Amino acid sequence: MKILVAAKRVPDPNATIKVRPDGTGIVTDNLKYVVNPFCEIAIEEALRIKEKQGGAEVILVSLGDQVSQEQLRTGLAMGADRAILVLAEGDTEPVIVARALAKLVEQEQPELVLMGKQSIDDDSNVVGQMLAEMLGWGQATFASEVKLADDKSSAVVTREVDGGLEDIEVQMPAIITADLRLNEPRYASLPGIMKARKKELKEVPLADLGIDTSAQVKTIKIAPPPEREAGKRVETVEELVNLLHTEAKVI
Amino acid sequence: MSNVLVFAEHINKAFSKNALVAVGAGREIAGKSGGECYVAVLGSGIEGLANEIAEHGAKTVFAVEHAALENYTADAHAQAIANLAEEKGCDIVVSAASSIGKDVMPRVAIRLGAAMASDITGYNDDGTIERPTYAGNAVATVSLETAKKVITVRATAFEPAAKDGTAAVEKTDAKIDEGALKMKFVAFNETKSDRPPLTEASVVVSGGRGLKSGENFTEVLEPLVDAMGAAMGASRAAVDAGFVPNDLQIGQTGKVVAPELYIAVGISGAIQHLAGMKDSKVIVAINKDEEAPIFQVSDYGLVADLFKAVPEMKEAVEKLK
Ligand SMILES: Cc1cc2nc3c(=O)[nH]c(=O)nc-3n(C[C@H](O)[C@H](O)[C@H](O)COP(=O)(O)OP(=O)(O)OC[C@H]3O[C@@H](n4cnc5c(N)ncnc54)[C@H](O)[C@@H]3O)c2cc1C
Ligand SMILES: Nc1ncnc2c1ncn2[C@@H]1O[C@H](COP(=O)(O)O)[C@@H](O)[C@H]1O
Repeated sequence: MKILVAAKRVPDPNATIKVRPDGTGIVTDNLKYVVNPFCEIAIEEALRIKEKQGGAEVILVSLGDQVSQEQLRTGLAMGADRAILVLAEGDTEPVIVARALAKLVEQEQPELVLMGKQSIDDDSNVVGQMLAEMLGWGQATFASEVKLADDKSSAVVTREVDGGLEDIEVQMPAIITADLRLNEPRYASLPGIMKARKKELKEVPLADLGIDTSAQVKTIKIAPPPEREAGKRVETVEELVNLLHTEAKVI
Repeated sequence: MSNVLVFAEHINKAFSKNALVAVGAGREIAGKSGGECYVAVLGSGIEGLANEIAEHGAKTVFAVEHAALENYTADAHAQAIANLAEEKGCDIVVSAASSIGKDVMPRVAIRLGAAMASDITGYNDDGTIERPTYAGNAVATVSLETAKKVITVRATAFEPAAKDGTAAVEKTDAKIDEGALKMKFVAFNETKSDRPPLTEASVVVSGGRGLKSGENFTEVLEPLVDAMGAAMGASRAAVDAGFVPNDLQIGQTGKVVAPELYIAVGISGAIQHLAGMKDSKVIVAINKDEEAPIFQVSDYGLVADLFKAVPEMKEAVEKLK
């Protein structure tokens, strides 16, 4: 079984993000980058499926500039078999990512595509669904549990939705997007890191994929959010409840 | 001039606030783009529902019927919504950024060849759009450069449509290629609660890792929640630890709430949590660590042990009544 996993390079979720005064983006000096946490979970799920089945190929794909190699190497060190880096300058909007992934799916013919439900930088939560529609596949977004049928013709997936948990059955090949509670990703081991250096990491310029890369969404500016001022400290519960009643008038 | 089609979602034939907010946003966007606002309700046997939402003012409500729409699945719904938008000449398609809206609308965008903006917080007069990024650390202004546009709206940023109209209701059969469907609904495991829904409540009381156990949620936090007639929320740490169900998670990757009053109990205030509650009108934090970042966004901060403060607060709130 072939599993394709889409993994994006994003700023560390624990880093403090500051907007550039000229409104063109965020301050990237000294910013640490990681594998998008949801993508890390997707990689882990692919590895678990591979281990359970005793054989599968896990191929990582990322779209980004040269430095995204780092995140692909991390995924390879976790245990993925090989990686493809689609080289693109600057931010690439979701629909172009989806088109590029669709092209790679066409070339690689995986039976399953695993990805994150959302990138923690653009917070779009759209690429997986777009890719599924482009391919005419089913999708299981926000997955917290994946059960592949023995014959691998379908999967039953538990999804984290408003109001509870939903189970759906999706025919394979399919797109599954990972939610936070799908699994706990492993750390790369030292031997894993050594091995990863020798694994194949192929680079493909975006322009070579022969897809439409014209922008559909134009970013005009990026601004900081409205500031919220810290209010006052209260000493006792009694004071708190009084203020909520008489001053804030919310109880 | 662009007409707007709103996809008004329902769960088990009941609308939540999400549907009304989507209609409210649809009407606002139609007003700004100089077109009409239409509403689509999808399912099987949903004429009653269509009549219900027709009271919230739109040009026409389409009751879109098909056996394949009985239970929500993304592929069937995407087909039905996109086909209806084309048939009715609606260039802008809008829904709430709910778990259903997030799931289906990107597929609709691809079917229509439309540019998409998700989870938007503002639609400007000139048609540009605002959406938060980086867990709410930045707000992007974007423009969608195609004639057709697909938008999901953040429910806390738009007003629900008032009950101020009577739209015509038109029954129509969905156009769906059933051979292309790859998804099947199996089961919905609903989190049952007598409390108001998290995204609709005027008071939300949330607990974090500081509560230490699911038992403490029940025994310490819930009495306060109920004394206040509030909804209960949680941090990711509390959900991950299994203290409470997943659909209580508030934050960047959970629900976004903006109640009149938000009380964070034993929650440190990580940026990912703030992303889901910092637009609340009044924020209260109860935390024993005076350095906790939650205090930086709180209107009222109480440095205290929650196991002492929360029961006291319940008593004090009850005395007020
Ligand atoms: C990709 C990603 C997405 C995420 N999405 C979300 C999200 O949507 N929502 C979310 O909430 N988090 C999210 N997180 C997690 C987030 O970064 C924090 O880890 C999480 O919010 C911490 O939860 P907490 O405040 O309950 O726990 P902690 O940070 O451990 O804080 C517990 C607090 O309780 C206080 N406390 C302990 N005991 C007591 C006591 N007896 N009395 C009073 N106070 C006490 C402590 O002082 C501390 O401040 C995400 C993280 C990542 C990486
Ligand atoms: N540049 C990228 N490279 C690889 N995968 C991506 C990229 N952008 C998005 N994805 C995938 O799509 C998912 C959803 O992203 P988004 O729709 O941008 O929130 C991510 O979790 C990734 O799995």
